[in-house]
Amino acid sequence: MKGTNLGEFEEVVLLTIASLMSEAYSVAICDEIERITERQVKLGVVHSVLNRLEEKGFVTSQLGEATKARGGRRKRFFEVTHAGKATLQKVKAQRDELWSLIPEFNLKMI
Amino acid sequence: MSNKSAHQPPRWADRFLEWYCRSEILEDLQGDLYEHFERNTISKGKRKARQIYCLDVLNFFRPYTIKKFKIVNNLTSFIMFKNYFKTSVRSIARNKLFSAINVIGLAVSMSIGLLMIAFISEVFSFDKFHKDGDRVYRVNNIYQEQQEDPTPFATTSIIMSDRIKESIPGVESQVLMTRGFGGDAKLDEKIIPISGLWATEGFNDVFSFEILQGNPETMLSEPNSIVLTDETAKKIFGDTDPMNQTFILGKEDLYTVTGIIKKPPFNSHFTFQALGSYITYTNQNRKGERGENWYNAWNNMWMNYVYVKLAPNTDVNDVNQRLLALGEKESEKYEHITITSELQPLYGMMAGPDLSNNIGVSIGGAVIWVLAGFTLVVLLSAGFNYTNLSIARSLKRAKEVGVRKVVGATKRQVFNQFITEATIISVIALVFAYLIFMFIKPHFLGLDPSIERSLQLEITPILFLYFFIFALAVGLLAGFVPAMFLSKLKTVQALKNAGSTKLFSKVNMRKVLIVIQFTLSMAFIISASIAYTQFKYALNFDLGFKTENVLNIELQNNDWQKIETAFASIPEVQMISKSAMIPSVGSTYLVDMKYNNDSTELFYNTIDENYIDLMDHEIIAGAHFTKKSSESEESEVILNEETLKRFNLGTPNEAIGKQVEIDENNLTIIGVVRDFHYDKLDQGIKSFGFRNRSNSFYYVNLKLNSSDLPATMAKIENAWNEVDPVHKLQAQFYDENIESAYSEYVIMGTIVGFLAVLTVSIAALGLLGMAVYTAETRMKEISIRKVLGATEGSLVSLLTRGFMWLLVISAALAIPLTYLLFEQQILNDIENRATIGVLELFTGVLIIFAIGILTIGSQVRRAAKANPAQTLRSE
Repeated sequence: MKGTNLGEFEEVVLLTIASLMSEAYSVAICDEIERITERQVKLGVVHSVLNRLEEKGFVTSQLGEATKARGGRRKRFFEVTHAGKATLQKVKAQRDELWSLIPEFNLKMI
Repeated sequence: MSNKSAHQPPRWADRFLEWYCRSEILEDLQGDLYEHFERNTISKGKRKARQIYCLDVLNFFRPYTIKKFKIVNNLTSFIMFKNYFKTSVRSIARNKLFSAINVIGLAVSMSIGLLMIAFISEVFSFDKFHKDGDRVYRVNNIYQEQQEDPTPFATTSIIMSDRIKESIPGVESQVLMTRGFGGDAKLDEKIIPISGLWATEGFNDVFSFEILQGNPETMLSEPNSIVLTDETAKKIFGDTDPMNQTFILGKEDLYTVTGIIKKPPFNSHFTFQALGSYITYTNQNRKGERGENWYNAWNNMWMNYVYVKLAPNTDVNDVNQRLLALGEKESEKYEHITITSELQPLYGMMAGPDLSNNIGVSIGGAVIWVLAGFTLVVLLSAGFNYTNLSIARSLKRAKEVGVRKVVGATKRQVFNQFITEATIISVIALVFAYLIFMFIKPHFLGLDPSIERSLQLEITPILFLYFFIFALAVGLLAGFVPAMFLSKLKTVQALKNAGSTKLFSKVNMRKVLIVIQFTLSMAFIISASIAYTQFKYALNFDLGFKTENVLNIELQNNDWQKIETAFASIPEVQMISKSAMIPSVGSTYLVDMKYNNDSTELFYNTIDENYIDLMDHEIIAGAHFTKKSSESEESEVILNEETLKRFNLGTPNEAIGKQVEIDENNLTIIGVVRDFHYDKLDQGIKSFGFRNRSNSFYYVNLKLNSSDLPATMAKIENAWNEVDPVHKLQAQFYDENIESAYSEYVIMGTIVGFLAVLTVSIAALGLLGMAVYTAETRMKEISIRKVLGATEGSLVSLLTRGFMWLLVISAALAIPLTYLLFEQQILNDIENRATIGVLELFTGVLIIFAIGILTIGSQVRRAAKANPAQTLRSE
């Protein structure tokens, strides 16, 4: 297993996979991120991130059923592994802790 | 989807993706890209979508998507190699006949390949010893008279050197050289003839010949300085130090030795024994108004060479543009000629185009390509043999392949195995090829003196590496098709029914290969016989004068009067004349001729009063030259009929007495000579004139009438030695002169003939192999036919018919193709040539048919004669 650090974009992708449940394959992930973050996302970037996440052991993947669309090519569906979930939890906890340390007036200024 | 193809992404991009992408992620990645593509087609249009698809495919070429180098797979191949090697050696040893045919064929053709490699690598190694040689260029002039074809020259004008200094930037250094330096070096009692070039101080800046003694900067600066090669210095001075010594060169010029240069290496495109300081040449020739004018003339471009070294990063095209502009401007002074210049790189000189007045020998790019092409044909022929025989034989190997595949060999491994086998054969062939190469090398070099002068074909260690790579390449190429074929065999088919001829869908390809092979062989034979006829034709051509029993002797700067007197006393010498050159053997003299504001170039020869009689030229009007005192001015000319037509001088009788201007002298036409071939036969007849000047003779021509030629020759030699003991007699019969002038036909004929014999033998070997194979595989069929009552004759015709058809097709291709090639391309530019007759076209074909029938017939007859009981019993 490589380093368990989660980059910002990796975190977004991982969360998207979790949120998409059983429909998480690269193009769908790409669309979802675009919809939520309202920024242009390149398929190539998502692909390499998915590859990295899989190497780190945060996601697993398997091929789905063949359909008529996509030139008959099967989709690869991703699923967050236990390690992935744990890391997400950890990141969220860290963020929450930081949030809790911020006095409320500091944020209202914005 | 109805119009599916319209919605497809570009195929090449898809292919590329499939090629590089790892199989684990290929499917879904491709799916994703398709999905994007379909979306983009709708939102952005087809074209844009296709563009994006291509970009995406390139974009995905990343480390994690690329196939991993399959170490495991390679490791097995490596381990299996021992096995492949063993099986290959066994299979080679088992099929002795096939292996022998392959090895012999490949060895013979590869020996030619080796010769070619040695030849080409030597030609390209020329002049590489010069430092910064990649920046050195020669200024070549292109001479164009009116609208005629421009002629490229290696020479340029003397003034070019100054013009470059004045107006061409980017030239780091330059050297101007002029031919004709040399003469007899006299020191004490010794007389040693030397020859070389006049050269300016820039010589050592541009070239990097090794300087042994003297200051490279100044050795050519002072008048009457001479730089010798170490070899020449030793000849003249022996073991004493030659530096600063003086000696007399030529008549009475005293030269001081200011430098010693190592003899130019063999791979220099020009050579010299001595260099004279250019200032000496200038002082000698730039005298008087006429000397000055000619010295600086833009068309004084027949003897001088200018080499420049460009500064680093100078654009050659830029310099060429400036030279072109310069040439056009300078040529404005001349009415009918345009002389422009361009640079030729030093490294390209040996393999460069054929230039007139070249400084040394050059092989010429065209010759290299032609020879390389021939070699390729011979190699192809042997390669085809291998392919054909291997595919034919693969019937017997099919079971082996089947078993290997069942045990788990992949397609690639089977492929590797058969490639290995082919490579082993070609490496074995290399050993024999090398031996043959060593045998033919001296014969190749001995083909012509000019080849021997310019080539050594020395074997360097790097050549061995080239040879080995070459052998591997031959093996790979020859083995490729059979290996592909065998590795593609379906396991089940191969095991179930190894004898099935269904496996051999490649039969047509084999036939095509045989046809190509024989077409080439026939084309070769036909070419050789055409070249030979051409040579015969040129030798027997009626030139318009008689060359029998004429002996031409070079004067070698001797006084012609002394020589003439010496020869006149020999009784066998019937007539003596003198001339400036020997016509009809390729060299020509040119001069400007003007008449009535019209001008042209006149080819000419300077002759004495006896020449026309001696050579039996026909004078159709007017008179011969008469004997004049040696001081008298030139005043008369004899022109040929063509010149009269060119200038509208009227009939021969009308032309007599008219005045023409030749070389700025007014001459009276005193005679008209019947047109004759003063140049080689590939050139036409243009304006030609005989001039009569007593001081420009270089040859004596003797008409001999002798019953004992050796004795006469001995007398002539004695007479010569009495007048000139230093120089050897240089005498050649006119017929020999002509023969050597056309020696290129002989060389070409010899090379093509030799290669023809090779290709034919190789092709015949292949045919033999195929015949043996056919006879073997159809043995049972033949036996059954025989039992059922077929006669030997009908069996022979049955088995031979197929092959004969292939030969007929080859002939049908080869004859018209070769005919057209020669008619349209090679002989097209030649003015006088033999017509291509039926005989030349068909002899080759007949020879091949005879060889074909003999090879096939012998095998087939043996099969047909065999006792059927013997073959049928052993089931």
